[in-house]
Amino acid sequence: MTTVWPQLEPLLPRVQKPARYIGSEDGAKAKFPDPALIGWCFIYPDTYEVGLPNQGLQILYEIINERPDARADRSYAPWGDLEELMRAEGLPLFSVEHHTPCAEFDVLAFNLSAELTYTNLLNCVDLARVPVRAADRSETDPLVIAGGHCTYNPEPLADFLDAVVLGDGEEVVGEITDVLARGRAENWDRATVLRRLADVESVYVPSLYVVSYDGPKIASIEPIDETVPRQVSKRTVADLADWPYPKEQLVPLTEVVHDRLSVEVFRGCTRGCRFCQAGMITRPVRERPADQVRTMVSEGLERSGYDEVSLTSLSTADFSNIEGVVTGLMDDNDDAGCGPMSVSLPSLRVDAFGVGIAAQLQRAKRSGLTFAPEAGTWRMRQIINKLIREEDLYGAVESAYSQGWKRVKLYFLIGLPSETDEDTLGIIELAKNCVAIGKKYNKRASVTVSVGGFVPKPFTPFQWFGQNTDIELQRKVNLLRDASRRLHGVQLKWHDPKATLAEGIASRGDRRVGPVIEQVWRNGGTFQEWSEHFDLQLWLDALADNGLSPEDIVFRHRTEEEPLPWDHLWAGLHKDFLWADWQDALAEVGLEDCRWIPCYDCGACTGYGIEHVVASATPPAGGSQGTGQDLSVGGAVPVSLMSSKPSPEANGDQAEQQVLA
Amino acid sequence: MSGPQPQHLAYHLRIRYTKSGKVRFVSHRDVARLFERACRKVKLPVAYSQGFSPRPKLSFGLALSVAHESDGEFLDVELSEQVELDGLVSKLTTALPDGLTVEALRWTRAGEESLQEAVSSCSWRIEVIGASHEDVVAAVDRAVTAPELPLDRIRKGKTRTDDVRPMIIELNVEGQTETGTQLVVELATRPSALRPSELVEALGLEGLREGRVRRTNQWTFVDGERCEPVAPVPSTERTLECVS
Repeated sequence: MTTVWPQLEPLLPRVQKPARYIGSEDGAKAKFPDPALIGWCFIYPDTYEVGLPNQGLQILYEIINERPDARADRSYAPWGDLEELMRAEGLPLFSVEHHTPCAEFDVLAFNLSAELTYTNLLNCVDLARVPVRAADRSETDPLVIAGGHCTYNPEPLADFLDAVVLGDGEEVVGEITDVLARGRAENWDRATVLRRLADVESVYVPSLYVVSYDGPKIASIEPIDETVPRQVSKRTVADLADWPYPKEQLVPLTEVVHDRLSVEVFRGCTRGCRFCQAGMITRPVRERPADQVRTMVSEGLERSGYDEVSLTSLSTADFSNIEGVVTGLMDDNDDAGCGPMSVSLPSLRVDAFGVGIAAQLQRAKRSGLTFAPEAGTWRMRQIINKLIREEDLYGAVESAYSQGWKRVKLYFLIGLPSETDEDTLGIIELAKNCVAIGKKYNKRASVTVSVGGFVPKPFTPFQWFGQNTDIELQRKVNLLRDASRRLHGVQLKWHDPKATLAEGIASRGDRRVGPVIEQVWRNGGTFQEWSEHFDLQLWLDALADNGLSPEDIVFRHRTEEEPLPWDHLWAGLHKDFLWADWQDALAEVGLEDCRWIPCYDCGACTGYGIEHVVASATPPAGGSQGTGQDLSVGGAVPVSLMSSKPSPEANGDQAEQQVLA
Repeated sequence: MSGPQPQHLAYHLRIRYTKSGKVRFVSHRDVARLFERACRKVKLPVAYSQGFSPRPKLSFGLALSVAHESDGEFLDVELSEQVELDGLVSKLTTALPDGLTVEALRWTRAGEESLQEAVSSCSWRIEVIGASHEDVVAAVDRAVTAPELPLDRIRKGKTRTDDVRPMIIELNVEGQTETGTQLVVELATRPSALRPSELVEALGLEGLREGRVRRTNQWTFVDGERCEPVAPVPSTERTLECVS
């Protein structure tokens, strides 16, 4: 194993934030680079600050390093200043542990959490001096694989990836290592390795499938022979208790985007919000045992020195006995004597219960509160199955303002199915009413309305829906802007509709989008999720040059009969369930959370012979959203749990970290 | 409890540490965060500011630029109660990343100046690269003998011309390195500070730039004698140990 450190070191004083490139984090494994071990390099295709906190990557990094026959390093996309110097000086992409050239690993494993990082993936592979196209790689090149939520439609990257992992990676990475170890021992060629990888459950090898087209549509997706599975299904880890990872979360030397301890309290969500890909593809709900949560938090804080822990999940207030758990955490911290601690809940619910917990938890410092009603009218919220009533939102907001918060953030989507201008403008109506509530408690109470354009994602009931055009989304943004202009206390922010279009291309496209991504990258389009680097024209030009149109890929509605580009993959949800739920959506019919009603067989449990793993079969207190609970009970939940003074301004840099969904 | 009884309720520790190796690329602000976490890891009862967003009371001396190393960095930590100092030096070092090493610490005296106020100059070992050794030797001679050395500097967003010659207390060429020339330098920090990069610029050689830079000492005066804020030997003594 070689190291580029001697060549890299003199470059670092010349770049911004050089601490991105030195590794040395508490928790880094830096296992001896013995060439006898199967070497993995986990790469997050964005900056170190964005990539380091990624829990999925850290979990797999630890699991591989615990194996006696394997080791793992990490790498991140270098910022443009260093990339320029690396290319000028002939330095390849390197791992941060040993500064080993990435091409010396057996596997380059990318985490794909955002579609606009795809061009960075190509750039990283190229900087590693590995051919960007899988077909061009030689016997000595590493395998380029990917996992993460985006890989439920990996087709736009099919030309560049040797293999793709669907679903939870904890078990699969070990099985892939087994295949590679055997392949090395038995001298398999690359083609054989790929064949054997395709035998591993939940591993998809794109080169073993042939896609044919019928105009803009898919005609068929066929395995190249009968030994290749017709459909690859996702992996689901049945019990999180078996996987208490990361055991030693990485504590970076420099500030990163989520600079706190994270403990995943459950995976999956059955709220059934129809726009939410994460909620659909991670079913069923699997809770971590409360005592394990408590141990992971107290040990993690003591080890890391952090004063903040985030209890992560898609809806943390739904965790069984969440109040008991957080009270226990606070007691443990008082006993430990490490100074004040705060707990943040990145996703709560829009109700007073959630705010009460948030207030109780944030003893040390208080972040901003973000609620995500997602849509402006009850009609629209029934369509998306986010069954928050206006009273829920107002109760939550009142609770927040009355406990000292001066500003709350409301998150909405625009471009949802069957959305009318009345629905769009309902967003401002809600915001206006929230400000009025706030003014009862504070003259300067304000609401920040943050609006994102909706991208219909694969494996959701909305996957057949045609995305709004960028022009239509911009028109809706303008409507909102005009309506909020003279409203005191309402501040409007929006996501660039042009970026929403590019996300649609990358998340809804088929294999024909591959050359488009390659062209965008070759024309300098890296860091596309950074607004200062994003350039829609690069995407539109590349589409036109490849004979494709945004209409065909993104804007048109798809029919039930039309094969979807991801039909040969399976997220555990029956397609007929998704279609029926899509029809229910159009009929404005909601669907309750299945944790507390009889199973409606979406496929996520029955298809795998597993069940929800929850500590309590009773719906959590204070909830209303689809739990069938009487809303009036919500108010009985203690919401004034904090004894400290009411808040002045929310803490600046922590603000808006908290999304109460 | 060992140590003296303080005059007031706050207990201030003055800590000396070194910064070298890869960790030299970590910014001053991030080093502060590393010390905050290290204090929590060793369960030091750090005092917190009052208010809505309580902050641990750590105050650092002169900032060290990213990529510079140091044999002598200092910070003050306010504690809410007195602690046993035995073993704290090594416990803190263990809680910090490789390259940050706590060397010594002591209680401060009541009314002792802050680090920013106390330090009047710093000694540096500055490697300069990008010009021949002979040219550097000549440039150093010129600078040392010059009656004044005007330099355009940016301060608070504005460019102004200062005579930086009085800020150069010592400037010697030690010899050649593999890649450049080694300078040994003492630069004033008060009333106006001269940064190593500005000294290199003031030498007036086209293409000359910093190589490895290391702060070796920070100097203060106690009773007319030059010494460092905390002596570079482990010490739990309350008195300042002056170096000759």
